[in-house]
Amino acid sequence: MNAFYIILTGSLVAVSCALLGAFLILRKMSMVGDAISHSVLPGIVLAFFLVGSTDSVWMLVGAAALGVITTFLIEFFHQKGQLQTDASIGVTFTWLFALGVILVSYYAGNTHIDQDCILHGEIAYVPIDLFYTASGEPIAPRPVIMLSFLLLVIVAFISLFYRQLFITTFDQAYAQSIGMSTNTWHYLLMGLVSLTTVASFESVGAILVVAFLIAPAASAYLITNDLKMMLIIGSFFGILSSILGYWLAYFLNGSIAGAMVTVSGLIFTLCYTYSILKRKAISH
Amino acid sequence: MESFIEFFTFQYPNIKYVVFGTVLLSISSAVVGCFTFVRKRSLLGDVVSHAVLPGICIAFIVTGTKNPFYIIIGAFLTGWLSIVVMDAITRNTKIKEDAATGLALSVFFGVGMLLLTFIQQSGSSAQSGLDTFLFGKAAALVGKDLWAFSVVALIVLTITFLFFKEFKLLAFDKEFAKIIGLPIGQLEMLLTSITVLAVVTGIQAVGVVLMAAMLITPAAAARYWTSNFLMMIVTSSVFAAFSGVLGAYVSYAVPSMPTGPWIVMVLSIIAILSIFFSPTRGIIVKVIKRISIQRQLLEENLLKALYKIKETNSNGVVSIAELAAKRKFSERQLQVGLSRLKSEGYLEHKNGNWILSAEGIIKGKRMVRLHRLWELYLTEYLRIAPDHVHEDAETIEHVLTPDLEKRLEELLDHPKVDPHQSVIPK
Repeated sequence: MNAFYIILTGSLVAVSCALLGAFLILRKMSMVGDAISHSVLPGIVLAFFLVGSTDSVWMLVGAAALGVITTFLIEFFHQKGQLQTDASIGVTFTWLFALGVILVSYYAGNTHIDQDCILHGEIAYVPIDLFYTASGEPIAPRPVIMLSFLLLVIVAFISLFYRQLFITTFDQAYAQSIGMSTNTWHYLLMGLVSLTTVASFESVGAILVVAFLIAPAASAYLITNDLKMMLIIGSFFGILSSILGYWLAYFLNGSIAGAMVTVSGLIFTLCYTYSILKRKAISH
Repeated sequence: MESFIEFFTFQYPNIKYVVFGTVLLSISSAVVGCFTFVRKRSLLGDVVSHAVLPGICIAFIVTGTKNPFYIIIGAFLTGWLSIVVMDAITRNTKIKEDAATGLALSVFFGVGMLLLTFIQQSGSSAQSGLDTFLFGKAAALVGKDLWAFSVVALIVLTITFLFFKEFKLLAFDKEFAKIIGLPIGQLEMLLTSITVLAVVTGIQAVGVVLMAAMLITPAAAARYWTSNFLMMIVTSSVFAAFSGVLGAYVSYAVPSMPTGPWIVMVLSIIAILSIFFSPTRGIIVKVIKRISIQRQLLEENLLKALYKIKETNSNGVVSIAELAAKRKFSERQLQVGLSRLKSEGYLEHKNGNWILSAEGIIKGKRMVRLHRLWELYLTEYLRIAPDHVHEDAETIEHVLTPDLEKRLEELLDHPKVDPHQSVIPK
């Protein structure tokens, strides 16, 4: 049962990330996802110390707020300050991350939210963190419930607004000419990315989120040209990485999140080889 | 104050180690950071700093010791490999640089994490402390570290100095460098190597995540103060050294504060201040310029409208309603613009109506004149239909200088009327 819950948690994160990641990759904004996953630290720390508990909604709110602030600052420095995008991302997230570490040190020399925790997370503890009904019966691990809900929101968002996302992703100029607000869709998408990062960070760690945002969708991108197929194949790769990653970690007795990332990297390597071979076959 | 004196007179040898160590490190990162910045590959530092983890672990697994020499070699190799992988992905597939960056960064780090936990579970006692390579320990630098930092800084600065011209060309105009026969491949390899070297040693002081800032932030800040590349390197080194010292001081004065994050905090504050207050590219300067241009446009448009009304109604007493009917102004624009014109002496206010002063007439007349001259010029010389020239003249009238005005007049042979048969005032 524990294995099932761990794989389920991994898969929920993987599918949420693969769906959002496809859009990030196509919009050339993958690194914004990476930036958000680090810069939510001060939001989490502040929420933790102001409210005083780790499992409050306030941590989600604090982190999501920081996610949106990060996106805004990156755009602001880039557009108003004329700082090139790569540097704008780099300056913003390292600054906020440094602020987060300083806040941690300020509030308490050593608490259990440190940069270790945000980078690593611990998916192995997911099954212990149960959610109970009013009568005290355990239903399912809390992260599973939260992540399922998040996945539902993401799936609903993408299927309802597929057309808008499609147009603003591929042809900004056209989108603007028919009166769409490209900014609205940009911030909505980034808001969801922040929520996903925050909802997943406790259970799987920031690095797994970044890897799952990019690797499955990028692998899928190499073998299809169709956005819908990319979303489906990406999700499939994500689930596959979770399952195989769990067993790899089991055999090596190592970090589960690390193993899931490793497998997603291997899947990418296979897709990469496939795309190179295919290109060679065509040119011959 | 006591700690300030203690710190800056280096009363304890440890202070000296920390200060010199962080300053050397900050400067060498800033120098290589300038190159990655102008090549628009700032996030390279982030990738390398994450990618050293598997190398550290493999070095430990292979040699079984924490000897820094082997560890640094291992770190250097996988750091290097991550850049090769990233380049291969962007070159051979349709995946863009951003996704390749994120991919290399997270996958290398994930593999490293798997290896690290594998080592930790294996129960070898020698492994404890392997993770200090990841999270930095700037406040705990000892003489040995200072030695390592000095060597690395020396290597980085010497190579940069020797190949400055070549690297600069590579960074700004790769095609040209190729054409004049520079060995692009080798130069890139060298530049990448010193970048990786700077990152690998730097991580031990500030940690994985903040290492990226040591490369990016000083260069980004320096860019706002100069357009000369050499000056940019110098400026960024000064910023970096200053932040290094200040960061070290904060964690000395307040022992619970970590050094690395404070260095990055100081650097970031410098960068953000530069973004706002740079005298040439800063946001504030640009906002001020935009406001003053808007103000000028509004004033000139008001004077022009008032003068046009005066042309048809010679007593020149204009009510707000007449002005609003002549041209679309918002209520706020009218209020602010008219009172400013009055205080500048272009307008007089009488019983709720407005009259142009002598100076106001001159200025208003000039605007109308420029507008009509330009309309005539467009129809005569560019053969544009008279009903299409108004918009263009609306823009250019604010820009034409007295000199150009004179030449236009001569070119058009001192015309009397514009294409709409309105009189061009003298």
